[in-house]
Amino acid sequence: MTAIDPALRATRTTCAYCGVGCGVLATPDGNGGAAISGDTEHPANFGRLCSKGSALGETLGLEGRLLHPMIRCSNGVMERVAWTDALDHVAHRFHHIIARDGPGAVAFYLSGQLLTEDYYVANKLMKGFIGSANVDTNSRLCMSSSVAGHKRAFGADTVPGCYEDLDEADLLVLTGSNAAWCHPVLFQRMLVNKQRRGARIVVIDPRRTDTAGDADLFLGLKPGTDTALFSGLLVYLADNGALDRDYIERYTAGFEDAMARARSIAGSTAATALATGLAEKDVAAFFQMFANTPRVVTLYSQGVNQSAQGTDKVNAILNCHLATGRIGKPGASPFSLTGQPNAMGGREVGGLANQLAAHMNFTPPDIDRVRRFWKAPRIATHEGLKAVQMFEAIARGEIKALWVMGTNPAVSLPDADAARAALGKLELFVVSENVRSNDTVNSGVHVLLPAQAWGEKSGTVTNSERRISRQRAFLTPPGETKPDWWIVGEVAKRLGFGAAFNFNSAADVFREHAALSAFENGGSRDFDVGALSSLSDEAFDAMAPVQWPIRAGEAPRPRLFADGRFFSNDHKARFIAPEVPVLRTETTAARPLRLNTGRIRDQWHTMTRTGASPRLGQHLPEPFVEIHPDDALKSGVTDDSFARITTDYGQCILKVVVSERQQRGMLFAPIHWSEETASDARVGALVAPFTDPYSGQPENKATPASIVPYEYVFRGFALSRALLALPPQIWWTRVSVSGGHGYLLANNADLAGWQSWLHAAAGDDLAEYKDVGGGVYRAASFSNDRIETCLFVGPARDAGDWNVVKSLFAAEALSNDQRRTLLSGRSMDGLASAGPVVCACFGVGRTTICDAIAAGAGTAAEIGARLKAGTNCGSCIPELKRLIAQAPVPGADSDQRQLATASN
Amino acid sequence: MSEPLVVVGNGMAAARLVDELAKVALGRYAIAVIGDEPRLAYNRVLLSSVLAGETQSHDIELKPATWWRDRGVTLKYGCLATEIDVGRRELKIANEESVSFSRLVLATGSMPLWLNLPGADLVGVHTFRDTRDVDLLLTLAAQKKRVVVVGGGLLGLEAAYGLAKAGAPVTLVHLMDRLMERQLDAPAADLLKSLVEPKGIKVLLNANTARIHGDTRVEGVELTDGRKLDADAVIFAAGIRPNIALAKEAGIAVNRGIVVDDHMQTAAPDIFALGECAEHRGICYGLVEPAYEQARVLARHLAGETAVYGGSVVATNLKVSGVSVFSAGDFIGADGSETIMLKDIRRGTYRKLVISEGRLTGAVLVGDVGDALWYLELIRTREPVASIRSGMMFGRSFAVRQEAA
Repeated sequence: MTAIDPALRATRTTCAYCGVGCGVLATPDGNGGAAISGDTEHPANFGRLCSKGSALGETLGLEGRLLHPMIRCSNGVMERVAWTDALDHVAHRFHHIIARDGPGAVAFYLSGQLLTEDYYVANKLMKGFIGSANVDTNSRLCMSSSVAGHKRAFGADTVPGCYEDLDEADLLVLTGSNAAWCHPVLFQRMLVNKQRRGARIVVIDPRRTDTAGDADLFLGLKPGTDTALFSGLLVYLADNGALDRDYIERYTAGFEDAMARARSIAGSTAATALATGLAEKDVAAFFQMFANTPRVVTLYSQGVNQSAQGTDKVNAILNCHLATGRIGKPGASPFSLTGQPNAMGGREVGGLANQLAAHMNFTPPDIDRVRRFWKAPRIATHEGLKAVQMFEAIARGEIKALWVMGTNPAVSLPDADAARAALGKLELFVVSENVRSNDTVNSGVHVLLPAQAWGEKSGTVTNSERRISRQRAFLTPPGETKPDWWIVGEVAKRLGFGAAFNFNSAADVFREHAALSAFENGGSRDFDVGALSSLSDEAFDAMAPVQWPIRAGEAPRPRLFADGRFFSNDHKARFIAPEVPVLRTETTAARPLRLNTGRIRDQWHTMTRTGASPRLGQHLPEPFVEIHPDDALKSGVTDDSFARITTDYGQCILKVVVSERQQRGMLFAPIHWSEETASDARVGALVAPFTDPYSGQPENKATPASIVPYEYVFRGFALSRALLALPPQIWWTRVSVSGGHGYLLANNADLAGWQSWLHAAAGDDLAEYKDVGGGVYRAASFSNDRIETCLFVGPARDAGDWNVVKSLFAAEALSNDQRRTLLSGRSMDGLASAGPVVCACFGVGRTTICDAIAAGAGTAAEIGARLKAGTNCGSCIPELKRLIAQAPVPGADSDQRQLATASN
Repeated sequence: MSEPLVVVGNGMAAARLVDELAKVALGRYAIAVIGDEPRLAYNRVLLSSVLAGETQSHDIELKPATWWRDRGVTLKYGCLATEIDVGRRELKIANEESVSFSRLVLATGSMPLWLNLPGADLVGVHTFRDTRDVDLLLTLAAQKKRVVVVGGGLLGLEAAYGLAKAGAPVTLVHLMDRLMERQLDAPAADLLKSLVEPKGIKVLLNANTARIHGDTRVEGVELTDGRKLDADAVIFAAGIRPNIALAKEAGIAVNRGIVVDDHMQTAAPDIFALGECAEHRGICYGLVEPAYEQARVLARHLAGETAVYGGSVVATNLKVSGVSVFSAGDFIGADGSETIMLKDIRRGTYRKLVISEGRLTGAVLVGDVGDALWYLELIRTREPVASIRSGMMFGRSFAVRQEAA
């Protein structure tokens, strides 16, 4: 275990992963690592952490880190340069392209993992001073439908509730959310409510996920039919006297139209059942539960958002809450679960192309207000391109310069191969990153700027309940890494905007951001953190987690809208009449299935951080596709085999998991693997790039697809201290293991190829096992007694036991016995070892002989009588005599054993 | 009245025969053992241990004098049998009275080959076969004489190891491209070479001895490729020759060895042969285990039981120069066979198993010879190994568990 110097104090910070925003205590070990625990005082988690958060300490290593700026030289090679040169280059090239082609020819693509301060400065530069709104973010792929839905219904992107509602609700409806895996700490909180207060849980999802495991009711609806379900619910509420007529009357508009539309979509429980593919009794049970439970929270996530009708789905949910007045009340609210640590912060500063800044929009008054605040005469005056459209514009050559910060669009965008190819067309392609290599960096980057990583950077993030928390640095930034706000600010200065980017600290940026939020606000805009606009540096450092709005002179508000005051011009909420639910694509004979995508429990995004943790690599180490047994039978794929999945956009080869949890007609594949971590598992490349008309969010969960079996003759694995350059034509996936890197392998080449590859890759001290006829090759190279590299290849299921070999690989040194049996690839536990052979004629081992001596055999002849040892050629008799002479005297024996025990 | 049974030769085969006879036919024969070496029968395999200083010479005696006495054996050591009178059933002994026999067993062993080279008659040329040789070699080693051992088989390696251990600078010259080519495949021999070289033995392969230089004493060895090695002594260890003179002169059928049938009987009635001097089905074995198997068969036969010797599956299973070595069966791997190989040079381990038609047909093990006997049993029983193939390299208990799993 890591010994912690008591002099090193724990730093309070927040987790790097999902939008729950858990407080973390990080205690540096003084060697670049840190012990991680949950912050018991943080209101998001009260000390709890999920598997990913708990393993943060395993992700702090510097292997693969980008530590200094790099520029692609004329010979095509990335070379290290000084910061000033890199910044000059970026500014010069941006200036040139803007001057030549206008501000619309450049774009920023940001990340929900940036801190609010980073986001603010980038947004200010692009929208305020370059004069283009081509700033978008990976949050577009995550919750932009929620943003659009909130804005349509509330007049602002406001999450009305808070986490305490999860404790106080009597009914928790999770739709399109695998919270058990993706927001585990909140899900545990819901389970506590279920246990203590008897809250019921309804899970609505085409997949029977682990979240459904604790549900009182599971509704496995057809994909894309959430709107039908919630329309049916609205009708049921109306027909059963469950509406809050007063609330509707006083605080909302558009109810009648929405109601009429709901009736046309799902006018009865039976019609709802038909539209959603659910059993009528289940639909009825859900409707009754909802109608009869005042305290209901509906939580939704990517299953709702990632849809070409995502915004309508959100509004269909919000309609039900508005219609019952169950909004912003204790235990009663709609609740969008965000996927990234600072998706909310990005929304607050205007990191999306269809927002301006501080929850202001591209309306003339807002534009004027922000222009004056920023003193930015060239401010952008209309929305920019949203992510998918932005990359399409890059592919068409309309956008010529792109700066990507802290995200991996070559993996995560839909039609990801096309997005990756588009990057290669850029005239200027800048990436601010933590890692030297990822699919985006490797798509022809021109300038690499080393950004500080989690644990090194400092600023604020906002979680799903509008709570702003400090992320604090507890590690010394390695190499020449810099905060993103500093990097952007330096480029802004070089573009001639120095006066507006004179920030000396994250606190400086935050104060300006807070001041803008309060500027000419007066309660007209939801986002107001004006009370924080004059924080001192010390107060910023010490800032406790706080929910917005925090208007100057007012207390923070955990909940909004119970008072019926919304942020539209007339202060009323809007009911939205959603379109009839229909997926954007249709299945065909050639593409008979629909591909759903999502996360797994122990990985996050493209694994650039979680992938570094051996602990997290244990859960589901291989990229896989899940399929219903009936579909598996039809398509001829079997569990634990391989299959090729094809869509109109791309192909993957994935391990097959046959499961009843999967709906018929649907496939599911996780999104995490990239070209860095697997050969054939860029699932984003399979996804259709169709987007929602309001939010621009792509439909990631319903791409028509086909699946066919894919045969590999050989399977195996390799473990290595250093990264391996595998031979071509191999199916592989890489996973972090204790002590190095693991590779799971499959291929159709011959064994000789593996052997020659290994001989080239491994050192001289090599042990090998080869059974060509049996199709088995295993080898391990050693340095001293530690495994450096090992390879186990065999037919289908005979490669060896990955877990056994992995544990031997983790050891600093193998005993002689462990080395002897390593290449069996199996555990030798429970097999008594006879020790090294003494009597060759009868194969009698030293341990056996010593046991006989201990049992009283005092001469070679007596040993021979018992064990036959020494009774044939007799050449071992001298050794037998030595063993007798060396045997402990019976009286001394117990003392020695005691000593041995004591020294253990 | 016991029948007189005379055994010529007082080596390991003779001792084992007496032991076996005492078990199955105690008292039936009045046994006399006639041997020319001037001491009680000893374990010849351990001579290299004596040479290496790992064992005392008196410790290698197979049985104490009382053991022989208790079994009523008339033991005449230091006596050279000179002639067999087959017709009169008499054995003549130098400087002694003849002895009569009703049954005679020839256990005369073998002699080292004395190479026919220029200089082979110089002082300082020796062989390595018996106690007297060991005493001579120990003297050489004590004087730090530079020794060239000719022959890279088992015997040569043992001599070289003993000499090196006893302190002599030793060069081993071997005609072939690898050591112990009759027992080992090339990788095994390479490994053996790499394991014995650090023990102070310089090994020259593809080295054909042309002549031994010197006036009266050995001064050097010249190879056919012209290389010259300085040397004070040369040990011939290039093979053995069955000791058949006595039988041959008696008119008993001999070939390379004394020809015996499946009862170990020679062409002459009531005369038997066993051990290294015997040739059974065309094979002269040079190892102790076949001799012991023959002794068991012959004892039963002499006791009137039905016992047949069908030949031995030759297995080499011993320590060579301190390195455990096992080989058996088709250890090279004939066409149409498959091999499974495990190699870990730094651990000093090499294992090869040869499989043909689903059965284990050969094995070579160097270093880690655990399970050697299990492999030998599999070779001998011709048991199908398909179900244990994946685990058999890692030992019996592992393979059996794998099979069960």
